[in-house]
Amino acid sequence: MPDKPKVAFYWCASCGGCEESVVDLAESILDVVAAVDIVMWPVAMDFKKKDVEAMADGSILVSLVNGAVRTSEQEEMAKLMRKKSKLIIAYGSCAHTGGIPGLANQFGREELLRYIYEESPSTVNPQKTRPELKVIANGSTVTLPNFFNIVRALDQVIDVDYYLPGCPPTPKLLKQALEVLLSGKLPEKGAVLAPDIALCDECPKKDTKPSDLKFTEFKRPHWMQIDPKVCLLAQGILCMGPATRGGCEGVCISGNMPCTGCFGPPSRIKDQGAKILSALASQVEAKDEKGIDETLATIPDPVGTFYRYGLPVSLLRRKNFNSTG
Amino acid sequence: MHGNGYNGTVRIGFYICHCGHNIASIVDVKAVAEYIKSLSGVVVSSEYKYMCSDPGQELIQKDIKEHSLNRIIVASCSPLLHEHTFRTAVEKGGLNPYYFQMVNIRENVSWVHTDMKAATEKAKDLARAAVQRVFHHKSLETKHVKIHPDVLIVGGGIAGIHAALTLANAGKKVYLVERDPTIGGHMAMFDKTFPTLDCAACILTPKMSQVKNHPNITLWTYSEVAKVDGYVGNYKISVRRKPRYIIEGLCVGCMDCIEKCVYKEGKTPDEFNLGLSKRKPIYIPFPQATPQIVVIDPETCIEFKSGRCKKTCVEACDRKAIDFQQKEEIKEIEVGTIILTTGYQPFDASRVPFYGYGKYPNVYTSLEVERLVNASGPTGGELILRDGRHPKTVGIIHCVGSRDKNTNRWCSRTCCMYSLKLAHLLKEHTDAEVYNFYIDIRAAGKSYEEFYDKLLDENVHFIRGRVAEVSDWAVRPSEEGKLIIRAEDTLIGIVRRVPVDMVVLAVGMEPQADSQDVRRMFNISCSTEGFFLERHPKLAPVDTFTDGIFIAGCCQGPKDIPDSVAQAGAAAAQALILIDSGEIELEPNTAYVVQEECSGCRTCLTICPFTAISRDEAKQKAFINEALCKGCGTCVAACPSGAIKQNLFEDEMIFSEIDGLLKMESPACC
Ligand SMILES: Cc1cc2nc3c(=O)[nH]c(=O)nc-3n(C[C@H](O)[C@H](O)[C@H](O)COP(=O)(O)OP(=O)(O)OC[C@H]3O[C@@H](n4cnc5c(N)ncnc54)[C@H](O)[C@@H]3O)c2cc1C
Ligand code: SF4
Ligand code: SF4
Ligand code: SF4
Ligand code: SF4
Repeated sequence: MPDKPKVAFYWCASCGGCEESVVDLAESILDVVAAVDIVMWPVAMDFKKKDVEAMADGSILVSLVNGAVRTSEQEEMAKLMRKKSKLIIAYGSCAHTGGIPGLANQFGREELLRYIYEESPSTVNPQKTRPELKVIANGSTVTLPNFFNIVRALDQVIDVDYYLPGCPPTPKLLKQALEVLLSGKLPEKGAVLAPDIALCDECPKKDTKPSDLKFTEFKRPHWMQIDPKVCLLAQGILCMGPATRGGCEGVCISGNMPCTGCFGPPSRIKDQGAKILSALASQVEAKDEKGIDETLATIPDPVGTFYRYGLPVSLLRRKNFNSTG
Repeated sequence: MHGNGYNGTVRIGFYICHCGHNIASIVDVKAVAEYIKSLSGVVVSSEYKYMCSDPGQELIQKDIKEHSLNRIIVASCSPLLHEHTFRTAVEKGGLNPYYFQMVNIRENVSWVHTDMKAATEKAKDLARAAVQRVFHHKSLETKHVKIHPDVLIVGGGIAGIHAALTLANAGKKVYLVERDPTIGGHMAMFDKTFPTLDCAACILTPKMSQVKNHPNITLWTYSEVAKVDGYVGNYKISVRRKPRYIIEGLCVGCMDCIEKCVYKEGKTPDEFNLGLSKRKPIYIPFPQATPQIVVIDPETCIEFKSGRCKKTCVEACDRKAIDFQQKEEIKEIEVGTIILTTGYQPFDASRVPFYGYGKYPNVYTSLEVERLVNASGPTGGELILRDGRHPKTVGIIHCVGSRDKNTNRWCSRTCCMYSLKLAHLLKEHTDAEVYNFYIDIRAAGKSYEEFYDKLLDENVHFIRGRVAEVSDWAVRPSEEGKLIIRAEDTLIGIVRRVPVDMVVLAVGMEPQADSQDVRRMFNISCSTEGFFLERHPKLAPVDTFTDGIFIAGCCQGPKDIPDSVAQAGAAAAQALILIDSGEIELEPNTAYVVQEECSGCRTCLTICPFTAISRDEAKQKAFINEALCKGCGTCVAACPSGAIKQNLFEDEMIFSEIDGLLKMESPACC
């Protein structure tokens, strides 16, 4: 019997939700386990880096790597997985577009470290001790990975073959992806393994979306009783659905929560935040500068709203360190 | 070398133009040509004195053949000027014209810079951007649309009348829509016209009745355009015909009804006489009004107010033309071209309170004086002031609401001349002493300066200086009971007080109060002061930026009758070009919805300024009518799922152009 195809999982800067989503395959996970040999999965199995290093280059059929890249260790591991795998799938929003960790690109490394180790209200650190790359204590040397100035999506570090979007991806998409890959009928390189059409297309509330939204104010979901039958934008709640790739089956919308954009934009769009912004801005009721400003001022945390999952891959990408030091 | 998919099949020809010295004196054209030659994909790179000349264009055509070029870039002037020229040249060379790209290094570089080195670098950057862009160009098809031969003219002043007759005489069908009960516009209010002093009615009323009787003209007065749909060649227009409460086909204008109205005297200020007389609820604006059909004003007619009038008017009308039940009517028409001749409104003199208009009865506007001196005016041409006196001295104040930063900055162009005319007419009617207070006398038309000379000979007084104030505050016995005009006489450097019986304010010309609504309805632009904007101030003075819509007369800016008529003729000729060529080429820079990418989110539906987008309810997708699309790009920017693309402005083209500008070959990383 020929060897079963080898599959690896790895995590970089992520919350662990992506790992959960693999487990969410439920009974189907048994089929997966039966069909493949898992050679690396830090969250569930005890393989070491050296085990992977010992494998022949390209011997892993596919590695599913989740999380963004923030540290030198993550970069090193991503490169190692790349070397050993035929295919790399960027799994989940953080690997795909930078994800929530990517929002840290609004600040520089120094700003972040200063806040975390000195200024945050719960910090007690009179010596202002900061993590060091290398510390010798009691005769032994402890090293820590380097903390980069910016957060990067996986394909800003290594070559990526496919993307599974979502925070986290749905079990259905994962299952479909694995089936396709194991069948050997590979999609075009660089494909995002989800439909290439915006969420509104499959949204259960689509029919109630008016053609002129005439925004006067953007409301937050917890302020109001949301009508479950009506398009959220029509209720003044900022829904990222129009600029977000579908495929999630509208799970948030069905739970009466707006789409926050985790699947990233459809392939045609370079910058998800700019796109939704230009769509929404063209439907603001006020036509004078003051009125427009007032309406737009009701959007809480614009970067966090429009670029919640994609700041590192947006045209903005990160704070301009040159101008602010 | 380029990260833009260069696969060896793109063969670019680049040409940089000296534009005589215009470009070459600031941009080192040789250096640019040499630099561009080093870029991959570029097969030919040369410079030439005048690319737009015949030899320049032939150079392109020859190179296309000799070097199998399939992309052409010319770095020269503005695309507005010569894009068409070069596209045609490229097409003659056997290449699809949309493989051409123009780089503006004259308006954007040489005319705005002085440092040769920096300007040359900028020209290189712009040219490199074009080189990277043309890789993504596609062959596009020029679309043609048929031109409906009928024409709509909006506004029946002298400009509208002249345009209508020109087209009708050329055999075209014209709809002339006028919102007042009669055509004629402002000219119908004048007694005489400068500089020839011919009687306005004598030259205007024959044209008015020609309009009425012309078999090719449908005249709708008391009507307004309610809706405009469509595009060049195929406009669909709804015209709202307000009820006159008179059956037009039956009324012959005998005016028996007016005579017999229960009102023995008029009680309502007469609009045509600017309130200088009163009219009845049933009236005709003036004796030669065209059409000769009376109107009932429901605001003042007793039957409308109480339903209990004896209706003596109905008794008087033996043709049974009066119809109190008449309703507003909407007419739907199709036309191919439109001419707007909506004219101007006079400046509201009460906006300069220190000239006393509305406060002192003997302060008049120039237009009121036109009526006062008019033989068919409220006083039969006798100059009687509001207080019943005949003026012995008159002061005419020029530039009221013109050339004034507190009101309107522009010169209204006609006020000097009509003030001279009124000075002459006032002297003729009253033998009064007439003083003209002016800033400059602008008499720059044919025979205008001569007219000014003639007035000087007639002993009209001219005082150069802006009037500070008009008041009735007498400081000397000679000023008692008079209006005192206080002005600095800048020629002798003293402040003068001139007591007069009558003040005439030479009010300027302003855009119509509703000009913004009208421009929106017809999708054209206004210049900052609110007059309709022409496509080019010199080379396309009666065209607008909307194909098939032309402007003439004072709606485009202040002007006199000769200029209004000249523009009207020009606008008619422009319409004729379209009509007689039968069809027009459309820029293929239109947008389209990629159906399988549209999520049906409806964002685009209402934002198109040309209402080109609608929704296919069955498919739940948006689609764009390409004939309506003007390529403004609004929807392309707004579509949140990137499902709308625009020919000639596809994302790859724009991004490669930006990359080229920034010297990036592919998006940089980290
Ligand atoms: C006091 C005075 C004296 C003048 N004397 C002379 C002179 O002696 N000689 C000379 O050459 N020039 C003179 N002029 C200038 C002259 O009035 C203009 O050049 C001329 O009237 C311009 O004609 P027009 O057709 O463009 O506009 P208008 O005469 O203003 O006509 C516009 C017409 O369009 C109609 N209209 C407007 N909006 C709409 C709409 N939305 N729908 C339908 N209809 C509409 C109006 O009711 C009007 O009938 C004088 C101007 C003034 C103020
Ligand atoms: S905007 Fe949001 S709620 Fe409205 S139709 Fe689109 S996805 Fe659904
Ligand atoms: S109904 Fe009476 S008020 Fe009205 S026009 Fe006729 S007579 Fe005059
Ligand atoms: S580009 Fe879009 S918005 Fe603009 S005219 Fe065309 S369809 Fe309308
Ligand atoms: S904005 Fe885009 S996705 Fe939405 S309906 Fe229009 S074309 Fe379709």
